[in-house]
Amino acid sequence: MADLDSFRADTRAWLEANCPAEMREPVRDESDACWGGRNAKFKSDAQKAWMDRMAARGWTVPDWPTEYGGGGLSPAETKTLRQEMARIGARNPLHSFGISMLGPALLKYGTEEQKKRFLPEIARGEIRWCQGYSEPNAGSDLASLQTKCEDKGDHWLVNGQKVWTSYADKADWIFCLVRTDFSAPKHKGISFILFDMASPGVSTKPILLISGNSPFCETFFDDVQVPKDQVVGEVDKGWDVAKYLLGHEREMISGMGLGGNSGSLGEAFADVVAQDPLLRADIARFDVDALACPAFDDEICRHRAQQAPPRAGHGRRRLERARMGQRPLEEGQGRPRMAAHQGQFDRGRDQRGPARNRRQAHSRTPRSLTHAALPQ
Amino acid sequence: MPLYLNDDQNMLRDTARELMGAEGSIANQLRKYRDMECKDGFGHALWKQFGELGLTGILVDEADGGLGLGHVEAGIVLEEIGRNLTPSPFLVTAVAVVEALRGTKLRERWLPGILAGETVAALAIDEGAKHRPEIIEARAERSGNGFRLSGKKQFVVQGASADVILVAARSDEGITLFAVEKGAHGLDVEGVRLADSSIGARMTFDGVEVDSDAVVGEVGGGEAVLKRVLNAGRAGASSELVGLGSQAMAMTVDYLKQRKQFGKLIGEFQALQHRAAHLYSELEIARSAAIKAQQLLDEGAEDAELMVSVAKAKAGRTSALAVQEGVQMHGGIGMTDEYDIGLYMKRDRVLNELFGDANYHADKVARMKGY
Repeated sequence: MADLDSFRADTRAWLEANCPAEMREPVRDESDACWGGRNAKFKSDAQKAWMDRMAARGWTVPDWPTEYGGGGLSPAETKTLRQEMARIGARNPLHSFGISMLGPALLKYGTEEQKKRFLPEIARGEIRWCQGYSEPNAGSDLASLQTKCEDKGDHWLVNGQKVWTSYADKADWIFCLVRTDFSAPKHKGISFILFDMASPGVSTKPILLISGNSPFCETFFDDVQVPKDQVVGEVDKGWDVAKYLLGHEREMISGMGLGGNSGSLGEAFADVVAQDPLLRADIARFDVDALACPAFDDEICRHRAQQAPPRAGHGRRRLERARMGQRPLEEGQGRPRMAAHQGQFDRGRDQRGPARNRRQAHSRTPRSLTHAALPQ
Repeated sequence: MPLYLNDDQNMLRDTARELMGAEGSIANQLRKYRDMECKDGFGHALWKQFGELGLTGILVDEADGGLGLGHVEAGIVLEEIGRNLTPSPFLVTAVAVVEALRGTKLRERWLPGILAGETVAALAIDEGAKHRPEIIEARAERSGNGFRLSGKKQFVVQGASADVILVAARSDEGITLFAVEKGAHGLDVEGVRLADSSIGARMTFDGVEVDSDAVVGEVGGGEAVLKRVLNAGRAGASSELVGLGSQAMAMTVDYLKQRKQFGKLIGEFQALQHRAAHLYSELEIARSAAIKAQQLLDEGAEDAELMVSVAKAKAGRTSALAVQEGVQMHGGIGMTDEYDIGLYMKRDRVLNELFGDANYHADKVARMKGY
């Protein structure tokens, strides 16, 4: 306990000294977050400095082992760090599917060479990853995926199409589910493969959403050659890796509000709800749910602190989070006055094309719209 | 939610689960005392057992002979009470009233009986059709060494059998709580059977004389006491609602796995599976909210009151959903007295009203959030 107290004191002092003031402001939307990568466009020097300083301590991935670029912190220390970051409103220094999804899978299923090669560059924010899971005919029924991967002796040859690939157009590498055996039952015969998005034969096409944004892409593979050592886990046993990773993806999406916005919708629209008692009642009930959910996040944190693998709880939580995200939409509909007075109630309802200067009521809403409410 | 509980809390839960599941069961308590038209609406023998097991002293300081535990522990017991619809003075007497007596001289007078499971205490706060503790019109006028109390109260849980009634009244100094003994001159108590077969009371105070020793805390200091009492009661009621809703769900899911229609178990129909899964998620969140509120109360946190209202609103809505879905999915038999599921609906209605319903608390959340 004394050790943890001194860790807290040291952490607090270091964060005070090293977290730039600008990085203590809330993230306005996903474009305002730091994603790293080969072509990273930092919004400011402070954003880059914050990522680099945290990465240098291994604190972009505090609970990963130090030999892979992590901080080597215990669950209790990791929690303390997160509490201290939350105390000053410090932003997440690096948003990354490499951290939240691929990393845990590599730590569990990767070879030593794969861990040494890929994990440190994830931790430093040098490589931005995307997830090649869903296909046009493999959404909820993911295991019916058809992207073909043939063993050509000295390399793999990949042909097929993915869809709803988040930020494929901005990603450097992809972790991808492919079919290596077409004769096996559908859950067998799938492999988990990694390759560079700059490889010849890879192309992406952003999907324009009703929000005017394009966070998802169609991704095409046309005779893409992949080195033999880039399959994670055993060939034909990629479904195990995929399932393990999905557990972490659910955890990430369900925990998106963690340590962040615990504000209330009614608070943000106090002037509007003051003029509409029925809307105020709807919003108050919404806020009860919004405030109850973080208590459930605590349960997941405790679960994680005991180092149990992500389980049904995160699926459950994701379900709730998705529902929560949809409700402002439902409540916004049929309430034109709110939209008229406040601009857009939710970005998802804007039909006018690319985002302009819009007030964002609730950070959960656009997130869930872009992630949880859609496949992948 | 075993992850929340330490070993001692798990032991407490096991004890409470065993007691309520056997002696406190619907057949042994609720139906028994209902069918014999018991004027108290609960069993004194079980209350005595609560005392023997130490449950009545969960929130009582060790120096006063209690266990010195917290609201989380009280919630553990209440969840089991909720599961079994056990009629019990526990929530009002051992949680809310014990909280009121904390640090006052009156605890010497009343705690020993409560600890022994002999004394029953009641709270007389509500005056109108709904719980509105902001509006208290009962009066307390100075009279000699003490006060004269006048006014009407209703929805006084266990009011007809209570040995002592804590009544909130307005004096010149502000709201004050008084401990009035059973049978006081000028106090008229009318027992009323509520929807869940418990007995509440309407009370008329017609110049009831109390001396200054009857003041709970300070004269005019009632708002602070009331705040603590209501936080405790609301958080506890949230746990009881969660237990009630959880058991209603468990019974319903069991039924979905037994009942066949169209040649299939009805639980195989996806339309019903979705509803059951939705209910399950809601209950998990409601339980987390209740425990969070109790943890904040135990920590003495500033923002506990917000979370208490979140918990009561969430637990209330969720429990209501659980009993509605329960009766609906049981089909016709869900509406028969023979099946227990309907008793859950009736208890839910009463418990939702107690200490403020979901609308009241959602409104309170909105006010605390500044809108």
